[in-house]
Amino acid sequence: MVRYAKRGHAYTPGLKVTACTYVKKERLLPLHGEVLVREGDEVDFNTVVARAYIEGSPVIVKVAEMLGLEPDEVPRYMVKKVGDKVRKGEVLASFRAFFGLIKKEVRSPIDGYIDYISESTGHVVVKEEPKPIEVKAYIKGRVLKTIPKEGAIIGTPAAFVQGIFGLSGERNGEIAVAVSRRDEVLTPDKITEEHHGKIVVGGSLVTYEAIEKAIKVGAVGIVVGGAYMDDLEKLLGYPIGVAITGREPISITIVLTEGFGKMSMSKRAFDIFLKYEGRKAAISGATQIRAGVIRPEVVIPLDRSECPADESIAEKVEEGIMEPGTLVRIIRFPYFGMIGRVVSLPIELMKIETESPVRVVEVELEDGRRVIVPRANVEVLTG
Amino acid sequence: MSKLLPESEVRYILATDVGSTTTKARFFGKVNGEWRLIATGEAPTTVEKPFEDVTIGVRNAVTEVEELTGHKILRDDGQGMIMPYQGGKVGIDVYVSTSSAGGGLQMLVMGVVKTMTAESAQKAALGAGAIVMDVLSVDDGRSNYEKIQILRFLRPDMILLAGGVDGGTVTHVLELAELLRFAQPKPRLGKAYKLPVVYAGNKDARSKIKELLGEIFDLRIVDNIRPKLEVERIEPARNAILELFMEHVMAHAPGYDKLSKWVSTSIMPTPAGEFTMIATFAKLRGVNVIGVGMGGATTNIYSVFEGRALRTVSANIGMSYSIGNILKEAGVENIKRWLPFEISDKDLKNIIYNKMIRPTTIPMTLEDLAVEHAVAREGIRLAFNHHKFLARELKGVKRERTISDIFEEVPAEETYLDMFRIHYIVGTGGLLSRAPRRNQAMMVLIDAFQPKGITRLVQDSVFMMPHLGVLSTIYPNIALELFEKECLVYLGTVVAPEGRAPDYGETVADITIIYGPKEEERFTLRFGEIRRVSLGLGKKARVIVKPSKYFNMGRGYGKAVEGEVSGGVVGVVFDGRGRPLKLPEDPATRRKMLIQWYKAMALYPEERLEEWAKS
Repeated sequence: MVRYAKRGHAYTPGLKVTACTYVKKERLLPLHGEVLVREGDEVDFNTVVARAYIEGSPVIVKVAEMLGLEPDEVPRYMVKKVGDKVRKGEVLASFRAFFGLIKKEVRSPIDGYIDYISESTGHVVVKEEPKPIEVKAYIKGRVLKTIPKEGAIIGTPAAFVQGIFGLSGERNGEIAVAVSRRDEVLTPDKITEEHHGKIVVGGSLVTYEAIEKAIKVGAVGIVVGGAYMDDLEKLLGYPIGVAITGREPISITIVLTEGFGKMSMSKRAFDIFLKYEGRKAAISGATQIRAGVIRPEVVIPLDRSECPADESIAEKVEEGIMEPGTLVRIIRFPYFGMIGRVVSLPIELMKIETESPVRVVEVELEDGRRVIVPRANVEVLTG
Repeated sequence: MSKLLPESEVRYILATDVGSTTTKARFFGKVNGEWRLIATGEAPTTVEKPFEDVTIGVRNAVTEVEELTGHKILRDDGQGMIMPYQGGKVGIDVYVSTSSAGGGLQMLVMGVVKTMTAESAQKAALGAGAIVMDVLSVDDGRSNYEKIQILRFLRPDMILLAGGVDGGTVTHVLELAELLRFAQPKPRLGKAYKLPVVYAGNKDARSKIKELLGEIFDLRIVDNIRPKLEVERIEPARNAILELFMEHVMAHAPGYDKLSKWVSTSIMPTPAGEFTMIATFAKLRGVNVIGVGMGGATTNIYSVFEGRALRTVSANIGMSYSIGNILKEAGVENIKRWLPFEISDKDLKNIIYNKMIRPTTIPMTLEDLAVEHAVAREGIRLAFNHHKFLARELKGVKRERTISDIFEEVPAEETYLDMFRIHYIVGTGGLLSRAPRRNQAMMVLIDAFQPKGITRLVQDSVFMMPHLGVLSTIYPNIALELFEKECLVYLGTVVAPEGRAPDYGETVADITIIYGPKEEERFTLRFGEIRRVSLGLGKKARVIVKPSKYFNMGRGYGKAVEGEVSGGVVGVVFDGRGRPLKLPEDPATRRKMLIQWYKAMALYPEERLEEWAKS
């Protein structure tokens, strides 16, 4: 007799795809600096919220070796002290003997300042002047909180689409849907000069040529169901090993909502883009699947009148609990992308085609078919 | 931590392994005086957002155990397990756990000379179960500026600094310490604490090291890892690393503070748990062993050879998060060569990368499963190369190598691991333990390690070696009983001559199997052939292998060898494909041979193999 559980947990936390939620973003400096906004301020996508100065790169000058001294003799022959500013080519240390007949000098290889003089190794460290780094608001919204010296938390009601994999960092632009159906392939002929500065939304696949065209016209982003890894690697010029992305040096941000290959964009996501076509959105391709899951995303900030969500929604943690009736999506071949409702959750392990005994879930698909799939291969649809 | 009961009074034990991908619960009980595995439960690990608390995944996995057994284990208030055992089906006596979640322990190693102190330091870090992110040395060919950039960019959990023999020059190791001081790398987890640095270099530099690093870092000073050129002393550094791992890294991983209050003894890194059991196995039987633990994010290789134990962790070689990196390192062609059906590079890449971005999913079709087995072979091969790179004799002066060389084939003469003298290969980890047919695990191990001569293969039944490893630190007898009865699955023996014949079909060796005084079987093993002979669990037979002039069984080319083979759930495999194993280059010929081998091994259902053969 098969026993059934009343509830079970999904193995994969579902990707968040929702027409109305409250999005909160922590915008923090990588090191301490100055916060430029105040709580309650309204900020735009490109507002600078915090600024810091990152220490310049150090260059080590082997003074003892160059002057033929013992390391502990170096301070005696230094012309500059710790903290002194130096220009490239300026004398740092000088050694004279025999009434000036022997003269050796060491000059600074860069513009900067003297950071350290070592008596153990006889090395002198010259550092470049600090460089400013800025953190932008990324989304249009309100400053909910400032964190002294670090940055701010920005919040806004928004439509929110989380993708599964992306490339390159944060950008913003208007949403422009370039296909008429979510299973349509985004080809270069669908991208025009009008897409300059916009986030182009495609259907099931973006071709390599279409990405090239989008870059050529100056689009800021592409959101699409799938792409071939081969094409993405060709674009980058190197293979991707581990899914840690977000810093790729390309002029466009790419977000895949479903995965690699030709995969229709989920109806929910596609409908959101159709609804908010022409609205300005923030896009990020940063993906980190391991240790601290970061998924790529598109945030479309909305007015409270359009989306009455407040901060309490953002705090809610979705646990991905499945019960009979729960809406799920299958996330592995051969049923990839299909949506259905949970019928039952057998307790005992069952054998699937691979002969592997696994925990399964019975799902009724939208076309009425009932299929048995591993619990590991479904995600709970949330949002 | 609660007080421990005497070993004889313990009735029920719960053990979990918080892996990078899944948390696995194993529930053991004493049934009619014997220790048994009662049930298993699994759930996704919840170290990441939105959960960021490993105890949620632990509770989910234990809930599965409760559902299957009706035994109540979890406390209603969410604060751990019901302990001690309350009678009936309520409570447990002991709860232990291992963990590799959050990416395990990630270390940066610094040593003066790449092939000497830096290599010894790397061994110490790997021995403590760490992932070595990079090895910096004075002579690694990178400028100081590049080194500083690396130190700043990598954000390790810990740094090991070594260099110089005692009494030797201190300049070089101080130069490294200065680099560290200028770079001031930040820890990966938590901004608020000082990054731990273990110093295991020239003792004469200690006071200067303290001056340079003492205030900025959490500095621990231990005995020199290379006190003399010809002496390597790894233990003190390794122990300091383990201690700091518990203090810092675990304490900053989300939920560990809670989990560490639930357990009956300290949480152990997963590789340390696995290694404990593999080393125990080698010691008890007095044999040379190679072990592999293939996880989702990393692959660990263990060897115990003529009393020398070595453990390596290959970061970014794993079957879920790191599967894309195996493809990158091995190349598409090397993975494709194991597939008995045609598949385009594009489709193959899609399958592999889709697994990487949805790491908890499992194959639903046989084609998908075969792809994972192909990737596993290559992943283990890469990790074993990494292991062999460190399993070398200590030398004062060595040929120069770069860190990128570690995945390259290590010439057989450079490693001390003589495959002819390896008695056992032991496999554990999700992919191997969960293989639907044990034959698949055996084939993956044979193809990846390419054993030579006569070698037995053993498999962890349902992945419980780490669990038993940590249990053995408090209840060694229970752990050993469970290890023998529930954990070890004897797959069988492989007989594999070294060498190659000019053409397929030529004689590799004449084989005689002697089952008993009047029971014999004789056949000729041909080049390019695999022959599997059934020999049940616990059964033994004598074999006489007379190789042709092209082949060697360990005594020289053409020299006969007699030995014992043991049975198992798969049987005895006579591998006539030669060593090193080279697959035909022509895809059609290769696929035809793969189908023959897979049929001989009953690797996949016969009808599907026929279908693939026709396609």
